[in-house]
Amino acid sequence: MTGESPNIDTPKIDKAAASARPAAPADAAADMPLLRIEGVTKNFGSFRAVDRLSLDIKAGEFFALLGPSGCGKTTLLRMLAGFETPDEGRILLGGRDIAPVLPHERPVNMMFQNYALFPHLSVRDNIAFGLKRAGMARAAIDTRVGEMVALVRLEGMERRKPDQLSGGQRQRVALARSLARRPKVLLLDEPLAALDKKLRESTQQELMELQRSLGMTFIVVTHDQEEAMTMATRIGVMNAGRLEQVATPRDLYEAPRSRWVAEFVGDVNLFDGEVVSHDHHRLTIATRDAGNIVVAEQRQMVTGTAVSVAIRPEKVKLWHHGPASDAGHSHAVNRLAGVVADVSYLGGSTVYRIKLDSGTVVRSSMTNTTRLDIHTYGVSQRVLAWFTPDDGVVLER
Amino acid sequence: MAPRIGQMSRFNITALALGMAFLYLPIVILVIYSFNDSRLVTVWGGWSLRWYHEFFNDRAMLDAAWMSLRVAALSATIATLLGTLAAVGLVRGERFRGRALFSGMLYAPLVMPEVISGLSLLLLFVALNAERGFWTVTIAHTTLTMCFVTVVVQSRLASIDRSLEEAAMDLGCDPVQAFLRVTLPLIVPSIVAGWMLAFTLSLDDVVIASFTTGPGSATLPIRIYSEVRLGVKPGINAISTMVIALISVVIVIASLASKLSGSQGKSAAPL
Repeated sequence: MTGESPNIDTPKIDKAAASARPAAPADAAADMPLLRIEGVTKNFGSFRAVDRLSLDIKAGEFFALLGPSGCGKTTLLRMLAGFETPDEGRILLGGRDIAPVLPHERPVNMMFQNYALFPHLSVRDNIAFGLKRAGMARAAIDTRVGEMVALVRLEGMERRKPDQLSGGQRQRVALARSLARRPKVLLLDEPLAALDKKLRESTQQELMELQRSLGMTFIVVTHDQEEAMTMATRIGVMNAGRLEQVATPRDLYEAPRSRWVAEFVGDVNLFDGEVVSHDHHRLTIATRDAGNIVVAEQRQMVTGTAVSVAIRPEKVKLWHHGPASDAGHSHAVNRLAGVVADVSYLGGSTVYRIKLDSGTVVRSSMTNTTRLDIHTYGVSQRVLAWFTPDDGVVLER
Repeated sequence: MAPRIGQMSRFNITALALGMAFLYLPIVILVIYSFNDSRLVTVWGGWSLRWYHEFFNDRAMLDAAWMSLRVAALSATIATLLGTLAAVGLVRGERFRGRALFSGMLYAPLVMPEVISGLSLLLLFVALNAERGFWTVTIAHTTLTMCFVTVVVQSRLASIDRSLEEAAMDLGCDPVQAFLRVTLPLIVPSIVAGWMLAFTLSLDDVVIASFTTGPGSATLPIRIYSEVRLGVKPGINAISTMVIALISVVIVIASLASKLSGSQGKSAAPL
């Protein structure tokens, strides 16, 4: 599928989509990633939006670019679509450099953040727009539009204009329009940002099912980490034009590679300190605020290295403070004594803020597994916050 | 409006009536007197259509009216073409050098006294040794009305999301096709409104036309003006009434067109 023409050619693209399915091992050249970004840089005046970024995306992936606003993720997406040209580096699609290929000739389609539906065209004509440009026969267009309308469940809406649709329906039209040409890669720029929470969640599921059933490669840009983690098979976290980490949602959360990622993705308790000793894959770190902390770590680290220990709030458990219970939990190597500063009941979980004796606050999140409040702690109660060595992550500073 | 009048205070109704009368009483009187049978402008002599009849038998007047219509139609068309291109350049070509200067120079005719525009055009035509008549008036009116078209089209264009064109390109249009298939249909109502505006401006201009026209090619306003200088004849009322009717129709169409284009919300009402 490397040397294919970017023009829409129904049977060919169908085949490409089929071979893009991860379940089809036939393609021997599948070693080459579908999309390769090599050292791409983009400047706007003196501002460097994307900074020597490299990334491989395989066919059939649901890849999320996650980052705060202004991190360059949308610029990167726009370079893939062809609306911006990289100042340096190359973008290879199926092994071919697409830098000289204009947007309208790329086998890539984009779903815009504000949907960019053509207000003067009906739902049907919006979806058919790209097919007409590709010179498809009338009958084939009608069939394809019918398929797309069914796919996004907009039957009966074909004649409506975009301003006669709800936000969720518009989102579906935009999706159908960008899928209609069966692109090799679908780019989605904050596809769900304009929807309310309930609709967003159900649409996330639909997007995932759609991506799986079509076997298409999706690249979605989002600032919403929950959205990225729900939908994507891999996430690239971007900050200041660079990729901080590329990992599965689970690795991103449980094994962040930098302090920045740990703080950006999810909630985290961080303790700064330095390595005191290292034995049997156990690092002992002397922290300023929480005494010595023992963390499981495969890497060798020189004594004196400045590090941070990151512990997710749900990994921090609480126990009533006291010698007896203390002894009963001898496997809990790291113990932090403190007082409950405040309690936030969130429905599914309760977050306790524990003020340690050093004055630092540690957050502990407990799932409310029972309806009755047997295991709750009150404000100003003395407690012991504990976590195992496996639950901490060592991050170099 | 109608149901709200009932809720208005007596003061508001009086103020409204006086304001409207101030604006429109002269026109109403002119319209009524255009149906006057008397030869004297100020004396009512009963209803009649004789002055309309007289107009349609007045060769010189008809020629002037025909001249005005042709000038207005042609100059409005050229002005719309150039004005739309200028608007596209200003809104879409955001970062070109000298954009501010271009924009300022484009809008200069809006604030330039007409006498000065007219005089400078006259000097130009004399210097170029151009024969003054239909073409010089048309060119002069084009320069006068182009900026109005630009204002109208620009405000509409600015309200259209740039990503619409990008979406069109993403879906297989080259930049020109994207403009023709997506942007142009969306700004057509404002282009129509701009044309209408240019048309009416040209139709009722007397200052610039009198500077730039030549012997034997007077526009209607010039003709009326020269007739009135010899004393107001009732026939002028009839002509004026017809001009008012024509302009009213054009303005109504133009505002309907701009309302249509404003279905997305924010196109500025040009009239």
